[in-house]
Amino acid sequence: MASRPLPRLDTDNRAFWTGGAEGELRLHKCADCGEFTHPPRPVCRHCLSENVTPTAVAGTAVIDTYTICHQKWHPAMEVPCILARVAVDGAPGVYLTTNIIGCGVDEVEFGDKVRVTFEQQDDVYIPLFEKV
Amino acid sequence: MQNTEAYITGIGQSEIGMKLTRHPLLLTLDAVREALDEAGLTIDQIDGVSTYPGRAAGYLGFSPVGADELVDALGIKATWYAGGGEISSQLGAVGAAVNAVKNGQARHVICFRTVYEAAAMARPDEYPMQRSERVDGFTQWVAPYYAISAATWVAQYAMRHVKKYGLTREQLAQIALTDRANALLNPRALVREPLTMDEYMSARMISEPLCLFDCDRYSDASTVLIVSAGDAIDEVKCTPIRVAAVAGSVDRHSWDQAEWMASYATGRDLWKYTDYTPADVDTVQFYDGFSFLAVTWLEALGFCAVGEGGKFIEGGKRIARDGELPLNTFGGQIGAGRLHGFGFAHESVVQLRGNGGERQIPGDPKVAVATSGGGPLATALLLVRD
Repeated sequence: MASRPLPRLDTDNRAFWTGGAEGELRLHKCADCGEFTHPPRPVCRHCLSENVTPTAVAGTAVIDTYTICHQKWHPAMEVPCILARVAVDGAPGVYLTTNIIGCGVDEVEFGDKVRVTFEQQDDVYIPLFEKV
Repeated sequence: MQNTEAYITGIGQSEIGMKLTRHPLLLTLDAVREALDEAGLTIDQIDGVSTYPGRAAGYLGFSPVGADELVDALGIKATWYAGGGEISSQLGAVGAAVNAVKNGQARHVICFRTVYEAAAMARPDEYPMQRSERVDGFTQWVAPYYAISAATWVAQYAMRHVKKYGLTREQLAQIALTDRANALLNPRALVREPLTMDEYMSARMISEPLCLFDCDRYSDASTVLIVSAGDAIDEVKCTPIRVAAVAGSVDRHSWDQAEWMASYATGRDLWKYTDYTPADVDTVQFYDGFSFLAVTWLEALGFCAVGEGGKFIEGGKRIARDGELPLNTFGGQIGAGRLHGFGFAHESVVQLRGNGGERQIPGDPKVAVATSGGGPLATALLLVRD
């Protein structure tokens, strides 16, 4: 079976893409200023501190925008499907591109509350979201 | 008196087609020759080359010819050259050349963009697309969700306009309808069939709210703009078009972490570098790889308020060739083909020189804005015939 395109894991992104093994959505947080940096990098983009560590967040989010995809861009893609950008609760300024699963394509709206769920493929746990 | 300005002088364009067999370097040469002829320059007078995004080794159709190769292939003695993708978008290559001639590093710079995407898809053995087993960089944040085409990224910004500002499909359609109507009068345009509102409204959706006709089409072509130094302008025989301002700003270099596309920061900043205002502009040539991007440029540059772009283009009269702000008079990328940014500057120069033929706008236009990009990449050029 064809699979989703998967990320190449490295020092910066491993915590994000494997946190799902423990059921955790992990984002880089600065221990000095408390702000989040995403995509994850070894420096805080708000205060330039190197004291950034992957930190579990609640795993809930709000749909900021979305599109219904009709064009099949990949062999594993089932269309139509919901592609969304969600604002992560507890991590101001961090958005994730994701798929909303478990509902019909006509059942999403801006502001809908969603919760993370993980889809494992090989060594990667892809954060997807479903409506709360 | 010393002239320290920078000008677009000769412009050129190859044929625009799909699945062309002419070598991409020769398409580039076609455009170079036309530009040299118009300017009355010879290749020996060219001392600079600038391109975007440089030769794309992993995806040759996207950019088969780099600055390196053009310098060597045409025997150019370059005192300055540049080619790369990490710049404020396609027309950023023109902005770089403007700075080079103003700094005295070159006198006449060939700026070019050659695309060969349709040909490459038809001949994958010759022009392969490199695929790696895993994705990284920015791609890792979108590809696992099948957000592989830029259509899906732009669509999410467009949907926000639908939900927050009431953008309708009938309004958005005016970009494609205007493009396609203008392309009918451009002998080089790739798509030369009319498009009706009915056809638009019944088109299949690609990524809501974008339908098939909101997307440009792969094409094979080359576009050249020669940027000349003010103190070399006497060597040029065509009417010089002054580059009065260049902007290429970005608040957050990301397709999904930024609330606003870079066009908004860029449009705001363009007016900081000039005394001209939007009211002075006679025509706009706005990047429309996806139709919605042109709407964002209208708002970003202050031709209407943020969120009002849909209302501004409603009915299409305002942006028609005989309207108050003619848009994409050559057909844009949706009508003329995916020239990837350079077509907008090319057409600005055509119109400002009154060389538009059947598609020439009335009223002796003197000021144009050309833009390229969307998402985190954006460049705006203010072009003036003095």
